[in-house]
Amino acid sequence: MKQFSIPAVLTVTLVTLVGISLGEGINLYWQDVIMFMGINIILSASLNLVNGYMGEFSCGHAGFMAVGAYVSSLVSVALFTQSSLFGAPILSSGWAVPLFPLCLLAGMAAAAISGLLVAIPSFKTRGDYLAIITIAASFIIKSAIENIKPIGGARGFMGMGQVTAAMSGTADLPWMMFWVFLGVVFTIWILRRFVSSTYGKGILAISQDEIAAEIMSVNTNKMKIVAFMLSSGLAGLAGGLFAHKLGYVNPGSFTILKSTECLVMVYLGGMGSLSGSVLSAVVYTLMLEILRFVIPWINDLLRWAQLIPTDYQVTQIWKWVLIPLLLVLLMQFRPEGIMGRHELADYFPWIKKFYRFR
Amino acid sequence: MFDGIIQNIFNALQWGSFYSLIALGYCLVYGVLLLINFAHGDVFMVGAYLAFFLATCLLGAGSLPHWLILALIVPLTMILTSLVGVAIERVAYRPLRRKGANKLYVVITALMCGLILEHANLAIFGASRRSFPTLVDQATINLAGLSVTNLKMAVIVVAFLVFILLELVISKTKIGMAMRAISYDRFAIPLMGIPPENIIVFTFALGSGLAGLAGLLFAMSYPVLDPYMGAMIGWKAFIAAVVGGIGEIRGALVGGFLLGFVEIMAVAFFPSTFRDLIAFTILLLILWKKPTGLFGVSRYQKI
Repeated sequence: MKQFSIPAVLTVTLVTLVGISLGEGINLYWQDVIMFMGINIILSASLNLVNGYMGEFSCGHAGFMAVGAYVSSLVSVALFTQSSLFGAPILSSGWAVPLFPLCLLAGMAAAAISGLLVAIPSFKTRGDYLAIITIAASFIIKSAIENIKPIGGARGFMGMGQVTAAMSGTADLPWMMFWVFLGVVFTIWILRRFVSSTYGKGILAISQDEIAAEIMSVNTNKMKIVAFMLSSGLAGLAGGLFAHKLGYVNPGSFTILKSTECLVMVYLGGMGSLSGSVLSAVVYTLMLEILRFVIPWINDLLRWAQLIPTDYQVTQIWKWVLIPLLLVLLMQFRPEGIMGRHELADYFPWIKKFYRFR
Repeated sequence: MFDGIIQNIFNALQWGSFYSLIALGYCLVYGVLLLINFAHGDVFMVGAYLAFFLATCLLGAGSLPHWLILALIVPLTMILTSLVGVAIERVAYRPLRRKGANKLYVVITALMCGLILEHANLAIFGASRRSFPTLVDQATINLAGLSVTNLKMAVIVVAFLVFILLELVISKTKIGMAMRAISYDRFAIPLMGIPPENIIVFTFALGSGLAGLAGLLFAMSYPVLDPYMGAMIGWKAFIAAVVGGIGEIRGALVGGFLLGFVEIMAVAFFPSTFRDLIAFTILLLILWKKPTGLFGVSRYQKI
């Protein structure tokens, strides 16, 4: 019974999500929020591998996301749609559904390879110097994409909307919801497997003390390459889903602000806690959306209390003041994040009785 | 052709001066606390805005001569900006340090403080760009056949003067000695009767004051202000500081000028969209070859 509980819960969740999206139980806006939540979960969990488990400070996650987004979009657009760049579709649109994971995989592979840009310097460099290499790498990637004219340069790349349309032509399901859900499950599964494997132990050893780990015969260079490539590859998966969800990508989406968001989610959840990063991604996305509704109320309240001048409007920009403020406060009162270094099962041991998660 | 190269060199020196002035602030704080103060770029932006408000107030106040206004603005901007820097340190970093929180959490707090400064500015003063009033009339100086505008010359001279002053403060004065001592061994400092908190506050004040000066000079040279101006320059200056070897103020100066040169030369020979690509690739290669930066020394590690 224990080994079936998690697949059962996941299947029920997937069926419910697809069902209510199909039956318009929730409107498109909340569907979008749920999909962004999924993408954010992938981002925060994958960055947690490097920043949490390995204890490095990588702040260029958006760059790898951009690589994944562009490569998977290019592949899917070339395969399934009529586009000005690639001409006629190579395959008929019926192939869109079965081959879409391959497009995402191509994006993942490209992002993982671009992760080498950071992984190889990390052999000799640590800490703040490595942080700068990750920032520089993300700037380089963004700036390189801006300079490749055929894929739109700074204007961005379009056409993924037709891919999702082709998928809907096969069967009228909310496909992106489906793929995002699968992506999240895949990410959590692979990360969980990874950190509980020998490699994961090696990475934890590196975070404690790299030199001691090396003396204890941990092949630190190999561990670092694997960790960076896995983390950036999963960021590429998130990027691919993001691009196909929006239907277009432009380099402006992958700025340092996006990387900062990923960092915030990791540290909000707690370094080295997978359930923490899932929880923090959910909380963070919800917080962004709830503030969208709360800010007009604040505006009305302040107007009513006559605390603001009549010609001043409390705009949505205040969201980006309030969220960092909340985080600064959180850091003051609970600096280790929501979960600290623990998983959910460490706080509530009774839930271990109900599942066996490998 | 020759004249173009000379002009490019002066442009590079000017941009290098901005980067160096900001990088010095990163460097000072890093040397003392081993903390990357990611809010520093936005402190620079605050400095530029403070200079703008002071200048418009003083220009509106009466018929003060322009040189007097400038002479008032420089110290006032530096003092107010250093107050902002010290306030951030007091409110956000010090409680975390007292609790002994992981350094990365302090870094995240710094990032968040930067975002707060940026967006609070955007939210309160609106997205419209502001143009800085002209205080100094642009004039061209002829130096042995080379023509430079007076502002450019002033920026370069100020950067070097600040560096020399800072070098003197750090190597000759007592408080500079304390700053070096903290970065050498932070646990022995209180035992020697030096109050570390005072040194930290002084460091933040010094670094932020320099950022304020850089903001004022930047606003005078490129008189269009917007709330996001600090972010990109701040990140770049940070990269410059690391390439020079963070914690070494010589490194910050050299790194800043190096970045300025690489950027201007990249624009001179390639399309301007390639600027960031080329500049960051070169910096990445330098860090690859010399992982601790140009002047940085690798520290011994005990197990």
